Amino acid sequence: MTTTSDAPKAGFRPSQLIYDTRYRSLTIQVIAFIALMLGLSWLVSNTIANLSALGKDFDFGFLGQRAGYDINQRLIEYDSASSHGRAALVGILNTLLIAVLGCALATIVGVLAGVLRLSKNWLIANLMAVYVEGFRNIPVLLWILLIFALMTEATPQPRDFREGGDAAMIFGDSIAITNRGVFVPAPFWGSGAGLLLAVLLASLVAIFFWRRYAHRTQEQTGRILPIGWGTLGLFVVPTAVVFLALSMTSGRVTQPVLATGATEGMTLADYAGSQQAINACAVPFSTESLNLRRLMRSQEIRFTYVPVEDAAGALAALEAGTCNILSLPASVDLATVPAGAVALSDTIRRGMPVEFERPVLGGFNFEGGLQLRNSLIALWLALSLYTGAFIAENVRGGILSVSKGQTEAAFALGIKPSRTMRLVILPQALRVIIPPMISQYLNLTKNSSLAIAVGYMDARSTLGGITINQTGKELEGMLLLGLFYLVTSLVISSAMNLYNSRVKLKER
Amino acid sequence: MSDTHAQTVSFVRDTMLPEAEPPVGNRGAILWMRENLFSGWLNILMTLVSLYVIWWALSHTMPWVFNGIWNAGSLSECREIRNATIGADASAACWAVLGDRWQQLMFGFYPRELYWRPILALVIFFVAIAPVLFSRVPRGMLAFTALSPFAMFWLLWGGSLWFPVSIALGFVLGWAAWRALAPIAGTLIAMIVAVALPLIYWFYTAGPLARELEQVIALSIEYVPSQDFGGFMLSFIIGIAGIILSLPLGILLALGRQSDLFIINKISVGFIEIIRGVPLIVWLFTASLLLNYFLPPGTNFDLMLRVIIMVTLFAAAYIAEVVRGGLASLPKGQYEAADALGLDYWKSMRLIILPQALKIAIPGIVNTFIGLFKDTTLVVFIGLLDPIGLSNAIRASAEWNGIYWELFVFIGLLFFICCFSMSRYSLYLEKKLQRGHH
Repeated sequence: MTTTSDAPKAGFRPSQLIYDTRYRSLTIQVIAFIALMLGLSWLVSNTIANLSALGKDFDFGFLGQRAGYDINQRLIEYDSASSHGRAALVGILNTLLIAVLGCALATIVGVLAGVLRLSKNWLIANLMAVYVEGFRNIPVLLWILLIFALMTEATPQPRDFREGGDAAMIFGDSIAITNRGVFVPAPFWGSGAGLLLAVLLASLVAIFFWRRYAHRTQEQTGRILPIGWGTLGLFVVPTAVVFLALSMTSGRVTQPVLATGATEGMTLADYAGSQQAINACAVPFSTESLNLRRLMRSQEIRFTYVPVEDAAGALAALEAGTCNILSLPASVDLATVPAGAVALSDTIRRGMPVEFERPVLGGFNFEGGLQLRNSLIALWLALSLYTGAFIAENVRGGILSVSKGQTEAAFALGIKPSRTMRLVILPQALRVIIPPMISQYLNLTKNSSLAIAVGYMDARSTLGGITINQTGKELEGMLLLGLFYLVTSLVISSAMNLYNSRVKLKER
Repeated sequence: MSDTHAQTVSFVRDTMLPEAEPPVGNRGAILWMRENLFSGWLNILMTLVSLYVIWWALSHTMPWVFNGIWNAGSLSECREIRNATIGADASAACWAVLGDRWQQLMFGFYPRELYWRPILALVIFFVAIAPVLFSRVPRGMLAFTALSPFAMFWLLWGGSLWFPVSIALGFVLGWAAWRALAPIAGTLIAMIVAVALPLIYWFYTAGPLARELEQVIALSIEYVPSQDFGGFMLSFIIGIAGIILSLPLGILLALGRQSDLFIINKISVGFIEIIRGVPLIVWLFTASLLLNYFLPPGTNFDLMLRVIIMVTLFAAAYIAEVVRGGLASLPKGQYEAADALGLDYWKSMRLIILPQALKIAIPGIVNTFIGLFKDTTLVVFIGLLDPIGLSNAIRASAEWNGIYWELFVFIGLLFFICCFSMSRYSLYLEKKLQRGHH
């Protein structure tokens, strides 16, 4: 027996707004909307009243004003005459730098620790458990401060690296860990560097096509091509061959050293003795500049380094008198050289496509090479190790979630252990591992705002720190800062969700 | 036949041999070591590397820990004692700083003669939380749990007893309005009144009422301003207040996000995503720099209260996501069954959906609480004296200038104990609750 009870046909009564479920949801939403609007207008009117009481206005003009503060860690050109907007950009790039570096290291550490925690070796499994529990249960701020204190208090001073000091550089005198930062070799780009890069990119493309071809061949014919060796070979061989060929041809080519106010046939040492000060023009991070500096250092000549854009810029600087010595690329005709500039008897090598300059101990500190500041290193290591502990747990959970029957079934089919891992276990485990890993990446990016603890100049320290203090624009500054983090978070999570939807198990 | 066989062979053993032990190499510690440490060349390599790492770490830290000096008045005195007893080259911790300054690390600048009050508040907290954590404790204790926040507030800050009492009256008022109106005017109106009435009461009546009552019967203990709070006490207060306040808000947000009502849904999603997308430290700076802009001109309230509000909102957004996971994992039949029984929305949530969803979400909720507790250290950046802030203050004093590791070890150890026990409790709960499923 079924009875249908139609809605009463009588006209609409106001009480239906409360008692009739069809209209009640509308009533609730309208009330919620009105309450929200009232709340927002209350906040906005308060803000306007407070701002006018303080004599402040709401505009973003301060971004164009002169910042007037220095930033010691920067990826783009910046000095104290730049604008607040530029300072904010430097900070944002620094935040992104630490986020990318941190995510990469955290993934490596996390995957390694997660896999090792499942190892049959009792000792290493427990060692990893100690690592994971230790890092997960202690605030990340404490880890950052601890590692920063380790880097600044427990490392040797640069002067301890002198003869008789008790500190030594590692990896064959190429890396120095000091209390002023870690000095690593810096890359210098010579002629042919562009070609080398192009070959590298081309081999990456070739690897992609080779792998696709190999997969297709296997699916069509069942023949298994050596994917791993092919990839490795394609990656290493062309680049190495081009590097060696370029080094053979251009590495030995020498080029003249030009100097103003010198006589023909003078050596560099004589010239340096005759001049009051030596200003050397060179393109930053080019091999010519590296070899010029090496030559001068080997003869113990003190000089000032003047960075220029390119060869034409160097000639112009020579003419203007801002520098009195430069190494001229072989491509430049000697006839175009400004009057008064003469080639010295010393020549320098043009250099290989890539050369590395090792840091060397100078007067008070290491010179040359790349200085990685302690603030960067401490923040990077602490965030990576902290997040790595969480990722390790995700990885462990993901691997455990694949039932043992899968492995056994793969072995029963005669698939090798390495291939079982790659083709059977990992694709299934990744579905479980990826989503929590995304939120760990997000956490790391947000935790990078703890840079404040070590004085690393990230977006919060520039835009949300010094700029706010100098301009008094708290509202605008914090709004922009919040917006930056919000957009970053949304971009990371949507990009990762895209990847996630690709590796997800396709269900009916 | 077996008995004929016995006669043809000269000797047959007719009793069982007693069980012999396996060979030496296949039993006990040696077997365990062979299986777990030396089963293959890779395993042997890993064992050796781990042994080296352990030896290296212990040989660098253990002498420092166990040479530690416990009785000294300053770092330089520590060094003198070390030079006199074990030599200038030896490394030795100066644990004396903990003996000298442990009160500060635990209580900040809270008046020394009033230490019993935060300790008593902590005891009340543990008693109050017991019926929530362990199901064997009698249910009647929950009434005590409901009253405990007011008691703890009064003990910590002091002042007039009538202030927390008048605040509590607001909740009673809301509850009474709900009970009185729900049968007459329907749930919707009753709920609006039950929310609005206490708010109006708190804004306009609660303060004067408390003052009037104080005039009639004076019941007050010494008032302690928030600036004197510090150390682990501060971390505990912010952490516990955030935990207690964020859970109901987080559940409401999760329900809002699952709701069919368009506007409610969008408000919840927007709130959760905005809060989660921005780091806590930016929210804390917002609380300390900007909150005054958003409130009526002239209002200025306690920094610690602002921090608690911000931490609560922050944790609520995270808890909302965890609870949403729990809600989403319930089979649809549960919702439909609740509807079929004719329960209204709140009843079906309260009686059927939430008990199951929260059970699933508990490990995630506890993890959020651990994160919240660890994040209380961030308040150091807006000038509150949490343990890390106090370690800086101690280092700034003349006696202990230059002391790092001892303070870090102490603070880290205390945090580790708290967070580790919370995570163990979550594991225990997970195991206990798993019985219902599968």
